[in-house]
Amino acid sequence: MQASDRFNINSQLEHLQAKYVGTGHADLNRFEWAVNIQRDSFASYIGHYPVLAYFAIAENESIGRERYNFMQKMLLPCGLPPEREDD
Amino acid sequence: MYLYSLTLQKATGIVCAINGNFSGGKSQEIVVARGKILDLLRPDDSGKIQTVLSVEIFGAVRSLAQFRLTGAQKDYIVVGSDSGRIVILEFNKEKNVFDKVHQETFGKSGCRRIVPGQYLAIDPKGRAVMIGACEKQKLVYVLNRDTAARLTISSPLEAHKSHTITYSICGVDCGFDNPIFAAIELDYSEADQDSTGQAASEAQKNLTFYELDLGLNHVSRKWSEPVDNGANMLVTVPGGGDGPSGVLVCAENFVIYKNQGHQDVRAVIPRRADLPAERGVLIVSAATHKQKSMFFFLLQTEYGDIFKATLEHDGEHVHELKIKYFDTIPVTSSMCVLKSGFLFAASEFGNHALYQFQAIGEEADVEASSATLMETEEGFQPVFFQPRGLKNLVRIDQVESLMSIMDMKVENLFEEETPQIFTLCGRGPRSSLRILRPGLAISEMAVSQLPGVPSAVWTVKKNVIDEFDAYIVVSFANATLVLSIGETVEEVSDSGFLDTTPSLAVSLIGDDSLMQVHPSGIRHIREDGRINEWRTPGKRTIVKVGSNRLQVVIALSGGELIYFEVDMTGQLMEVEKLEMSGDVACLDIAPVPEGRQRSRFLAVGSYDNTVRILSLDPDDCMQILSVQSVSAAPESLLFLEVQASIGGEDGADHPASLFLNAGLSNGVLFRTVVDMVTGQLSDSRSRFLGLRAPKLFSIVIRGRRAMLCLSSRPWLGYIHQGHFLLTPLSYEALEFAASFSSDQCAEGVVAVAGDALRVFTIERLGETFNETAIPLRYTPRKFVFHKRKSLVIIESDQGAFTAEEREAGKKEFFETAGMGENGNNNGEQMENGGDDEDKNDPLSDEQYGYPKAESDKWVSCIRVLDPKTSSTTCLLELQDNEAAYSVCTVNFREKEYGTLLAVGTAKGLQFWPKRSVASGFIHIYRFVDDGRALELLHKTQVEGVPLALCQFQGRLLAGIGPVLRLYDLGKKRLLRKCENKLFPNTIVSIQTYRDRIYVGDIQESFHYCKYRRDENQLYVFADDSVPRWVTASHHIDFDTMAGADKFGNVYFVRLPQDVSDEIEEDPTGGKIKWEQGKLNGAPNKVEEIVQFHVGDVVTCLQKASLIPGGGDSVIYGTVMGSLGALLPFTSRDDVDFFSHLEMHLRQEYPPLCGRDHMAYRSAYFPVKDVIDGDLCEQFPTLPMDLQRKIADELDRTPAEILKKLEEVRNKII
Repeated sequence: MQASDRFNINSQLEHLQAKYVGTGHADLNRFEWAVNIQRDSFASYIGHYPVLAYFAIAENESIGRERYNFMQKMLLPCGLPPEREDD
Repeated sequence: MYLYSLTLQKATGIVCAINGNFSGGKSQEIVVARGKILDLLRPDDSGKIQTVLSVEIFGAVRSLAQFRLTGAQKDYIVVGSDSGRIVILEFNKEKNVFDKVHQETFGKSGCRRIVPGQYLAIDPKGRAVMIGACEKQKLVYVLNRDTAARLTISSPLEAHKSHTITYSICGVDCGFDNPIFAAIELDYSEADQDSTGQAASEAQKNLTFYELDLGLNHVSRKWSEPVDNGANMLVTVPGGGDGPSGVLVCAENFVIYKNQGHQDVRAVIPRRADLPAERGVLIVSAATHKQKSMFFFLLQTEYGDIFKATLEHDGEHVHELKIKYFDTIPVTSSMCVLKSGFLFAASEFGNHALYQFQAIGEEADVEASSATLMETEEGFQPVFFQPRGLKNLVRIDQVESLMSIMDMKVENLFEEETPQIFTLCGRGPRSSLRILRPGLAISEMAVSQLPGVPSAVWTVKKNVIDEFDAYIVVSFANATLVLSIGETVEEVSDSGFLDTTPSLAVSLIGDDSLMQVHPSGIRHIREDGRINEWRTPGKRTIVKVGSNRLQVVIALSGGELIYFEVDMTGQLMEVEKLEMSGDVACLDIAPVPEGRQRSRFLAVGSYDNTVRILSLDPDDCMQILSVQSVSAAPESLLFLEVQASIGGEDGADHPASLFLNAGLSNGVLFRTVVDMVTGQLSDSRSRFLGLRAPKLFSIVIRGRRAMLCLSSRPWLGYIHQGHFLLTPLSYEALEFAASFSSDQCAEGVVAVAGDALRVFTIERLGETFNETAIPLRYTPRKFVFHKRKSLVIIESDQGAFTAEEREAGKKEFFETAGMGENGNNNGEQMENGGDDEDKNDPLSDEQYGYPKAESDKWVSCIRVLDPKTSSTTCLLELQDNEAAYSVCTVNFREKEYGTLLAVGTAKGLQFWPKRSVASGFIHIYRFVDDGRALELLHKTQVEGVPLALCQFQGRLLAGIGPVLRLYDLGKKRLLRKCENKLFPNTIVSIQTYRDRIYVGDIQESFHYCKYRRDENQLYVFADDSVPRWVTASHHIDFDTMAGADKFGNVYFVRLPQDVSDEIEEDPTGGKIKWEQGKLNGAPNKVEEIVQFHVGDVVTCLQKASLIPGGGDSVIYGTVMGSLGALLPFTSRDDVDFFSHLEMHLRQEYPPLCGRDHMAYRSAYFPVKDVIDGDLCEQFPTLPMDLQRKIADELDRTPAEILKKLEEVRNKII
């Protein structure tokens, strides 16, 4: 690899994609984008305790249960992925 | 507009709690995180929880852990926060601060998915810490100590695994082998790719052990095995000789013991008998108790039941896991078992509690075991139980918590001097209406009637070395009563005091003699009973006295001052005289400084509105050192030394300043600094205390001198964590007071008021509010005042049974269980019942929670409450899964019924899988029985949930989903008059002013609307350009709205003046422009003028003043149970001063847990025009040199800055 390659935009992007989960790319589809947003949101709800408590009040569940539910939803936050178009 | 933000009541909810010996030594302490606050709590000898230290960290604490290096005596605190840094703190006992030992940056700030901070795990031997994120990242830091025995931290070692969600991590106790951390992980990479859903259904949670190889300095995945897919939490099992090692995996319905190379040992969690089948049982908090010989775990479920889990093992082999029902307490976010036999339960909502262990669940009870686990076709068969009264725990203290504040209003309903804050707090059966009054709570020890109306009271010791007071001396108009303090307090006549005359002062003089000053002389009672009497010359009488232990000054009528000192033989000797120009209004001498012969200053107040400082030094005795003129005649004077800073031992490295306090006849307390050398007065501050001239008394609070000011209500001036606080006491007006110390009550106050003698103590120092709680039935949603007399509260809960169903269920339970094992408990409770209110009702809902119903069931009620008697005068339970969501009072144009109550309800509301509602209703009620009861007039069905209701021009405005509709009152139902369906999502708030309507949308901030009567049209003329998830709103002025969003921001928006004028002048009211539209929005946009990140979900806002005659500030309440205020600055100078102070503090004193202050306050939007008072108030806690440095930069002295801080606080509360 040449020294200049390290600074070109693609390798920088690749580096970012490897380092930060959720960094987008040119071929990102709607589903992948939504999944990322949802996972980020759930992680944020879990991290902000007052928000978690706010949800817990709305649903009349304990905060611990609410946290568990959000964690569980991180598996398939937007339902099943769409079928892939073969290219 | 610039605002000063100040937290009035710090958050009371708890995110997580840990326990350990943080100050070293034996005492057990608890560190709790309350969102952005870190507190150190300590249960005192009497079992009361005391807050030792409370620090605002300007960041969100997400996890806490404690560890101890091998052989050390003291625990360190590890904080996982949103700062992208790991912070290790040590509690410094001497300075009473948290010292930051290490701070290592590993990622971006903020609560992000892959930035660690969510989870913390500690190697039980204190050799390493793991910090994890929700996804992918886990970092391990090796902890060690250097040659000087200081804690060292290594660079991070990565244990990342991408596409993996982490549910929980914990350390594994493996003695002194390489440290191991366990994690529950789930790999989602295949599920994301597979559109058939097969991969998702096969997704499996794994328990993974990560081993830190201390030799290679490397972390490796050592072992990974599938685990129950409901797993949510890990608990470390003791190992290394103390136990079998491994982990307990808490999963939905199960607890599983797992270890590498060990077969799973699984036990089912017992279920409550009344739990619907669809619901699982999840463990939400756990605590471990470990002694030399045994260990057990306390696991609490989401319903509040605590189970004791024990492991039967031979060495490393576990053959049985037992789960036994222990007790039921309100659901906690964390539990801490203290070595001293206490359980600290940090409740999710409502008050926290400290329990004492009565037993450790050795008796027989409902028990599930791995040995008796039964698997049938439907899965594992659970064991059932019924919750019962507390058997193993007994509650000994409660810590009040306002979490969560659902609604708040400030109103002076009781017509007291200051308005009261009415808050709706808590959730479900633990909800309450709390009435907060600024002030300290007191606890009354005794009240006794006296034979006449006393004018004054003193307490006096017999000897300077005595710990307790010997006599209480009460003076009447023409007599003096002496009471001796012993086992009981009784009248004595052998004290040597003259009882046929009123007294002016009684005190200990010299080392062991007593002095009584009465109008015609001074009576000096020596220890051996000899009495020396000094008589006033001629017909003059003594009018005022000032004294300390060695000096006495009396003022005679006509204005002569005579100064006495106690000489070496204990004799009271006249030293000097001075003729003043007029009568003396008041006198005070400062106490004799430690190691000195005399105090140097005498303060004399005169009726010519001056206060003079006179010297008492032999060189210039009775020379006037300085004169201060005051606004009214001084009535009472008191010298008080204030060390308004902490640091060093008891603030020793901060110079104390001597304050002269003067109570003026116009009700103002005037405080001024006395120069210790020259006696010059400077730096004066005044504060209005009440309608009567404050009388000042010196009392002792926490071993330090404090000041009691008795005006039309009592106030206490004292030092708390470095701040001098002047706080009202929630007590009736008092005449005269003295400090009181006896066997039963170490630091009390004795006071007279009317014809009664009162002894009381002051509790919970440092708190701003004193609260009165009135319990409610369900989660309160909103409330309104009716005619400033009563409150109408709406309450609703999802997934609960109605009152009748619960009653029936309870009856059934008692019938079936009455003869069973629970019957025994009932008998027991009767025996020792009465002392504990919980025991009277073996199934009090407050303790046990309502039984869970299916999630499509709703219960709700409308309550009319008379706050004066705190009684409910009317309670209507709604039927058929209807839940009340909005309420307002409305006066329709048609005056037939007067004020009516409108309540918006939803029937069969469901959030999952999709939000749906059967129908909505607007109920119209009529007040009957003088506003004490309600009568349904009619009910109007609407298509959605009416989340907002408001009166508007004699009609009712309702926000129903995206529709804003105007209703008029009909005979049988409400009549639609006009509507606008074009709101983006859901209307959550409506406020009106003149012809404008301010609508808050759930996602899209505010919309300003107008109603045109001639064309009968509602239209939006302005909206916000920022999407805000509005949780609270308040109308500030014609063009301005204050709002709060779900992410913890408070913001103000304002319609620009020219746009506002244009709309008011335009004959069409901007309608034409509206019709043209602009990119699907309104033609005009409001501007954001204020923005501030509070860091907590604000649920209510109100503009109000908390002090009589003070300016308005915006008061807010939050989910975490804190109250804050935003005060508008009135002068540009103040803005400059405080913004510079804030800037310097940001630079010189960055927040404790590593979050950048500016970044925190700008977490979602850049902070705009708000100065953080909480940061500014940290100034007194800074080291002195730093204080001076900042003060120099601001061209002020530290004292001036303290004064400024005090002033601005006094403008709010």
